[in-house]
Amino acid sequence: MAAPLVLVVLAAVTVRAALYRSSLAVFIAERVEVASPLNAWKRVVEGLALLDLGVSPYSGAIFHETPLIIYLFHFLIEYAELVFMITDVLTAVALYLAIQDFNKVVFKKQKLLIELDKYAPDVAELIQTPMEMHYIPLKVALFYLLNPYTVMSCVAKSTCAINNSVIAFFILATIKGSAFLSAVFLALATYQSLYPLTLFAPALLYLLQRQFIPVKLKSKSFWLYTMQYASLYLCSLVVIICLSFFLLNSWDFIPSVYGFILSVPDLTPNIGLFWYFFAEMFEHFSLFFVCVFQINVFFYTIPLAIKLKEHPVFFMFVQLAIISIFKSYPTLGDVALYMAFLPVWSHLYRFLRNIFILSCVLIFCSFLFPVLWHLWIYAGSANSNFYYAITLTFNIGQILLISDYFYAFLRREFYLTHGLHLTRQDGTEAMLVLK
Amino acid sequence: GGMAAALLLLLLLLVAAGPGPGRADAGREQRDALREELLLSPLPTGDVAATFQFRTRWDADLQRGSVSHYRLFPKALGRLVAALGVRELHLALTQGFWRTRYWGQPPLQAPAGAELWVWFQPTVTDVDKAWKELSNILSGIFCASLNFIDSTNTVIPTASFKPLGLANGTDHHLLRYAVLPREVVCTENLTPWKKLLPCGSKAGLAVLLKAERLFHSSYHSQAVHIRPVCRDASCLAVSWELRQTLTVVFDFFSSGQGKKDWSLFKMFSRTLTDTCPLASQSKVYVDISPKNKEKELLEVSPPPTSLHEAVVQGDKKTYAVYDLLSPSLFNTSRSLNVQLKWQRPQDSSEMPIPTLHAQRYVGGYGLQTGEICTLIYNTHPYRAFPVILLETVPWYLRLYVHTLTIITKGKENKPSYIHYQPAQDRRRPHLLEMLIQLPANSVTKITIQFERALLKWTEYPPDPNHGFYVGSSVLSALVPSVTAMKDMDVEQSPLFTSLFPSSDGSSYFVRLYTEPLLVNLPTPDFSMPYNVICLTCTVVAVCYGSFYNLLTRTFHVEEPSRGGLAKRLANVIRKFRGVPPL
Repeated sequence: MAAPLVLVVLAAVTVRAALYRSSLAVFIAERVEVASPLNAWKRVVEGLALLDLGVSPYSGAIFHETPLIIYLFHFLIEYAELVFMITDVLTAVALYLAIQDFNKVVFKKQKLLIELDKYAPDVAELIQTPMEMHYIPLKVALFYLLNPYTVMSCVAKSTCAINNSVIAFFILATIKGSAFLSAVFLALATYQSLYPLTLFAPALLYLLQRQFIPVKLKSKSFWLYTMQYASLYLCSLVVIICLSFFLLNSWDFIPSVYGFILSVPDLTPNIGLFWYFFAEMFEHFSLFFVCVFQINVFFYTIPLAIKLKEHPVFFMFVQLAIISIFKSYPTLGDVALYMAFLPVWSHLYRFLRNIFILSCVLIFCSFLFPVLWHLWIYAGSANSNFYYAITLTFNIGQILLISDYFYAFLRREFYLTHGLHLTRQDGTEAMLVLK
Repeated sequence: GGMAAALLLLLLLLVAAGPGPGRADAGREQRDALREELLLSPLPTGDVAATFQFRTRWDADLQRGSVSHYRLFPKALGRLVAALGVRELHLALTQGFWRTRYWGQPPLQAPAGAELWVWFQPTVTDVDKAWKELSNILSGIFCASLNFIDSTNTVIPTASFKPLGLANGTDHHLLRYAVLPREVVCTENLTPWKKLLPCGSKAGLAVLLKAERLFHSSYHSQAVHIRPVCRDASCLAVSWELRQTLTVVFDFFSSGQGKKDWSLFKMFSRTLTDTCPLASQSKVYVDISPKNKEKELLEVSPPPTSLHEAVVQGDKKTYAVYDLLSPSLFNTSRSLNVQLKWQRPQDSSEMPIPTLHAQRYVGGYGLQTGEICTLIYNTHPYRAFPVILLETVPWYLRLYVHTLTIITKGKENKPSYIHYQPAQDRRRPHLLEMLIQLPANSVTKITIQFERALLKWTEYPPDPNHGFYVGSSVLSALVPSVTAMKDMDVEQSPLFTSLFPSSDGSSYFVRLYTEPLLVNLPTPDFSMPYNVICLTCTVVAVCYGSFYNLLTRTFHVEEPSRGGLAKRLANVIRKFRGVPPL
């Protein structure tokens, strides 16, 4: 399996290198879909230039990266292109290894449940075989590396690639079962962009499952393990934040990074829902709606944890998707990360209801984004409503895609336990409804 | 007996005449003096510039001791200086732009709109609070919208604005500078300005200040400058000086009707009839310097009372002086109408180029990014000199200082001093100050890129597609002068030569302003707030609804129901069609 992976990596690196050398690089770097105020490369360069001038990068409103990025690029700014290509490759390799391990876990669990007769007798076609699971890790790496979203994000040198890489390593550490590494990477991911805090719940559930600790609120071992993991996570977070303090000897980065993410003062258009909403908000309600929108990201964690406690990796996927859709400054790089997981759920294809129309919506919106941006900003023949409409459609497409996968997942679980051919009381074929 | 009585009387008189313990302030003379002056200078393009200066000097210390009797110095400004701890105040309201390239170096330039810069005394503890109060009070005194000066357009320059009066120690944290480029100047601002003059607009040179002629001009700038000066050569005591200046440029085509003959009546539709009785000096200067070293092209009538030669801004200039206080002036006629006639047509191709001039423009296209380009010209044939450039850019044009490039003669020119303070959204603007060396006979191009921000819909002005103004940038330089200048006594020399203190005779101080810029920002649709809120909340609700359904409901096998009326009706129709029933 290593050889096809190497081939995919080579192809990806070639595509990126070719684009770096072409004239499209400048065009892509300016696209607001891939470069947001949080992770644009221009702003990283600006922050380092301010540091050279003797002014703190956090004294203005341009630079919103964490001090870790300053540390990293202070020395590596000459090799930025190489850094981003390596980051993408590392992310893909981490996802490959993680999914490989995950497939083994899935297969083992499936075998256990079949032996325990938990499955209905006629669901043979729903069981995943090693044959069909063999190519899934490669497909995941392929989906991530050759996804046009990822390629554009890399060519634009958006630091979203670094965030994705940290999350990928976190997923790898969690699936391998190392609680310490998982906590460290999760702390790093939270430190970078705050929203991965919600991935604490799926990681905890997975590690508990791996340790065979049942998730019961009265169980002592459950609370003990939770406390252990939480303290590992919080301690690493505190250590990382204190290290950041020592870079510039000030806590200025906290309002500049986390205050910025939470209060959304910059209304630069992006593919998300926040910018136009707050551009047209009545001043009186601004604080209220900022709070509502931020709560919206964190709010699905507990209900999903209750529903999907047996399937933490699917929970992680849904949580990643919710973060990408509802975070304050989303970019296509965030979308590419959860889309890389779609091959893992390819066995759900037969239960997806709207996959054709949703993929058409997403593809058309991706093409319309630059067109309507040009019409608004350069040609002057459209206005901001056109671009806003496309963001609405794109986000609806993403939301329906995730809920479609969720529906398919739940339906397959139902069929696994109740059998594929359902009959009613009088023996005729039955329909399945959600009630 | 008589001798003793005389001696006693003398002693009594001496005691009475001497200063008593409680009458120290009243007894000391607080002399104040008013000088007024009008300078008429024909410009190379055929226009004429008229600069009025009214200078009140008051030998009193406004900071210490209670001053109760205001004579020539206006009480509103005196109380302001005393109460808020102001050391220097410079306020200018300008309409139009001084075209340095064609008109030459101005005696005193101001940027378009309103400009206010103030040095506070070191005793002021909260400078920002004093600044806010000061701008509000001045807004009331001058009927100008100076109350819009707040932290989003105030900066603290470090090198460009040094005190013009007496100063001991210059901590730049006591300085505040703000410019409102959108401010419009009109009669409403001229009237309170004229009211501050001791004679008002009733006598002296101020009778010429008629609003309907003054605002029918290419450039109109009125300013107020308050600063402390030395009382005498030994500089042991401080006097306060108030200068009110008004510069107006009358256009050759619209005011001059295409003819190059100017007169006071043609410019102001009034003539000078008498002098202000409170003025100690009242003069009219006409610049009759020969342009190309030949005999004068310009003829003035009536004949002047005297001629004055001085080196002003590096050039030797000759002025015809009309002293309104001299009795011979109003002998022949009751009114004085100075007329300027050209003897032979001026060679218009021979326009002298000023040593330092600049221009600024916005480059780029689209509403996402742009570029501010400043071109600075040094036309001196062999001398290089440094210039300090101060740029204040509002926060919604996000400057990227790593894109700052300075190119002179094709090569990069690194500034020797650069002070950059980045903007904070909705709190303070960008401040960029640089010291750039200009080589002789060169053009320096300074470019910096910016990104345009999308603002909240309430932050746009009522006409958002007009654009947003960026205030003029300030260039301050000590320009080397061609001719050496003698150091002259302030009291003896004309007012227009003594506004800027000169350190030595080899260079003169110049402060230039570039054009203000008009930049368009992307706008949201202002008719849509309710629609946007509804649509975005709908999308969030779609997610919430889908997830709620999937999280709270479970799959069930559907049990058949008998079906309602509609179903039975549909089944009947289906039976007729031959299609299986529902």
